[in-house]
Amino acid sequence: MNRREALFSLGTIAASLAVAPGLGAVELKGVPHDTQLSDDHMPQPAIRSGGFLVLSEAERRTLGALYDRLLPADEYGPSATEAGCLEFIDSQLAGHYGAGKALYLEGPIRPESELQLMGTAQFLASPLERYRSGLAALEAYAQRVDGQHLADLPAERIDALLGEMEAGRLDLGQAINSKGLFELLLQNVREGYLADPMYGGNRNMAGWKMIGFPGARYDYRPYIDRRGENLRLIPVSLIPAD
Amino acid sequence: MSNVRKRADVVICGLGWAGSVMAEELTRAGLEVVAIERGAWRDTSTDFPPAVDPDELRWTTRRELLQPMSVETTTFRNRLDQQAAPVRNWSAFQYGWNVGGAGAHWAGMSWRFSPWDFEVATQTRERYGAAKMKGLQLQDWGVTYDEMAPYYDRFERIAGTSGIAGNINGQIHPGGNPFEGPRSREYPTPPLKDTHWMRTFRDASTRLGHHPFTIPAGNISQAFVNPLGVTMGPCTYCGFCDFHGCGNFSKSSPQACILPALMRRPNFTLLSETEVLHAVKHDDGKTVKGVKFITKEGVEGFQPADVVCITAYQMDNVRLMLLSRVGEQYDPRTGRGTVGRNYNYQTCSTVTGFFDDSYMNPFIGGGALAVQIDDFNGDNFDHSNLDFIGGAGIMGYSTNGRPIQNANTVRPGTKRWGSEWKKAYARDYQQSGGIFCQGTSMPVREAYLDLDPTYKDRHGQPLLRLTFDWNRNDTNMLDYVTERAVRIMKEAGGRDIIVDNQGEQSWNPYMQHSSHTIGGAVMGADPTTSAINPYLQSWDAHNLFVVGASAFPNNGGYNPTVTVGALAIRAARAIHETYFNNPGALVKG
Repeated sequence: MNRREALFSLGTIAASLAVAPGLGAVELKGVPHDTQLSDDHMPQPAIRSGGFLVLSEAERRTLGALYDRLLPADEYGPSATEAGCLEFIDSQLAGHYGAGKALYLEGPIRPESELQLMGTAQFLASPLERYRSGLAALEAYAQRVDGQHLADLPAERIDALLGEMEAGRLDLGQAINSKGLFELLLQNVREGYLADPMYGGNRNMAGWKMIGFPGARYDYRPYIDRRGENLRLIPVSLIPAD
Repeated sequence: MSNVRKRADVVICGLGWAGSVMAEELTRAGLEVVAIERGAWRDTSTDFPPAVDPDELRWTTRRELLQPMSVETTTFRNRLDQQAAPVRNWSAFQYGWNVGGAGAHWAGMSWRFSPWDFEVATQTRERYGAAKMKGLQLQDWGVTYDEMAPYYDRFERIAGTSGIAGNINGQIHPGGNPFEGPRSREYPTPPLKDTHWMRTFRDASTRLGHHPFTIPAGNISQAFVNPLGVTMGPCTYCGFCDFHGCGNFSKSSPQACILPALMRRPNFTLLSETEVLHAVKHDDGKTVKGVKFITKEGVEGFQPADVVCITAYQMDNVRLMLLSRVGEQYDPRTGRGTVGRNYNYQTCSTVTGFFDDSYMNPFIGGGALAVQIDDFNGDNFDHSNLDFIGGAGIMGYSTNGRPIQNANTVRPGTKRWGSEWKKAYARDYQQSGGIFCQGTSMPVREAYLDLDPTYKDRHGQPLLRLTFDWNRNDTNMLDYVTERAVRIMKEAGGRDIIVDNQGEQSWNPYMQHSSHTIGGAVMGADPTTSAINPYLQSWDAHNLFVVGASAFPNNGGYNPTVTVGALAIRAARAIHETYFNNPGALVKG
């Protein structure tokens, strides 16, 4: 019996009110005494089997090339793929985020007027669908214009493509908003670099070390009076890192 | 309808702050209360303990404590001649999605409104003349600060609010806010400590002759037992506060302050994961007889009650009134009707500065950890030669150092990706300080709420449609106070200053920082311009009370929660002390 069912049955037994049969309301009388973590609030680490759930090898090659120009390896830290950002995004896209479970995806949609009104492109497609179509369009563009796989292009050329996307100037066809796709990739690669390592990215807490963020600590009372000081706190993750 | 429950004295629709404090008052008075909440039961130890809470991706970025748009969203347009579109993705709006409502994930800034905020129409007319009000739809609240003060005090005691008084019974106290309305006593717990940035801001604003003080916070500074016998713990400055629950029992919330006492009362019943669809009127249309609801399994039912309290979020309060067909829809063309009238927002700007070679240690934070000046808030300064009324609180804040959220806070002109961004963020994460101007918003005729003709929620009911853009009064105000904030930033030594003045472009929900929406079912003494009377009782159905920031006819330069809580306690007292003895209108219209 999970927590929900437990609460439900507790409510049914404790109920002093007449509840018609078939009524599914969760009725609570008294404080629920269950102390176990709620199922849906348990941390959900990325799957660590080494396998990928949704992105194909070809998609990962294209995406990895883009991510590693957004966050390249340099003196400040590893590249996005070295930090696990592909594992991160694959896991995210395989779950509720990728399915757009929180989004309002009902039509009708009027892309032009919604863009004007909201100041940012609106979509009926889920993030996973947008990755699939976006990566395919970028790969097709590279093959058509450059005659090569996107992943095989020189770094400067990928930088130029990303710059064109950021400016909303890259034409990837009617179905793809290149500026919207750029913003999605940038947001997600930053997430992969800076989220808790349990989600597959930020390997060895490299992103946190880059900026000096101490991670999942929960008590800074010993430090608040130490003003303007480099505290050199060692970061911690919610789960043991690899 | 087959699923008819046993009658209750009062049904509460939405168990957030407003619903919780009302249920506490009403059950203590012996009334049988049923609360219906569409979110699930959430508690500190089971849902956001320290092993779960410090997770930025999950709670801040993915917003897992907030109501998803797929459950219900709002449609939006700037002007009447546009077609509204639904807000499809996360935006400025931050609706609660659990027992405890937004009270579980809020930041905790725990302000009283100023005496002026309740009487803007009268005070502006008296001090500056009626011409100053031109273009604004100003109206008094029908309640004064002095009448509100005992209820503010009660809410603060329940919440354990930390802070430092500036005005106790008319006596100005150094270190506090000298502009605040008089309080009867100190805050329940002392003020929080300063971070490095807060101290920098405090010193700079003092040098400029302003009056800085630590803001009142629902992040409490030491252990405290509230009047309901519930014990809270001290804030640890963890920096995972707004958008997050609190694992320390130190953020004021229904979970930490009320539910442990309320749930034990035998005359209280909670139906969670159950959504109120609308209130149902009696055949004569003069009162309501209860509410229709739907469970998460999709089964509809009916809860009869002598009194119905709508205590959802501001937007849903208005929507539930419209879906229940109580009162007349406001029409901005004619000015007729009251439901949907005086919708408004909060006029805000941010000023960011950078400090070479500094260590701000921004991860040391709290949702309500800030130093503020009120020298340019409300009517605390002379507006005779200014082209606006109102003002803003100007605060130096240390609310969080969450790395994904702050990734754009780098020196101006920096490329947003590549080694250039990595180099900049590696340096600027520690070197930025932020000032937030949180301003008043004045009502205008064209800003309003109604039901959308096209888009529906998951149950097929129409979404609420929002028609809003900034008005000239408020953008003039924002230009003025933002300039003051820039002066403070310069005095503090901040360089490479970035000004985000939100009034410079048309309003849209994705650009904003504030979640503070107000109005649409406003209180007042005149039934032709207000949907509810000064006790938040519907003018059109005397056993229906509509409680929340939906009641605010104008917005103060402060966060709304404590005013919502105080209004809720006042309404609940009126219900059990007066209404049940003699059901009918509490005020003559």
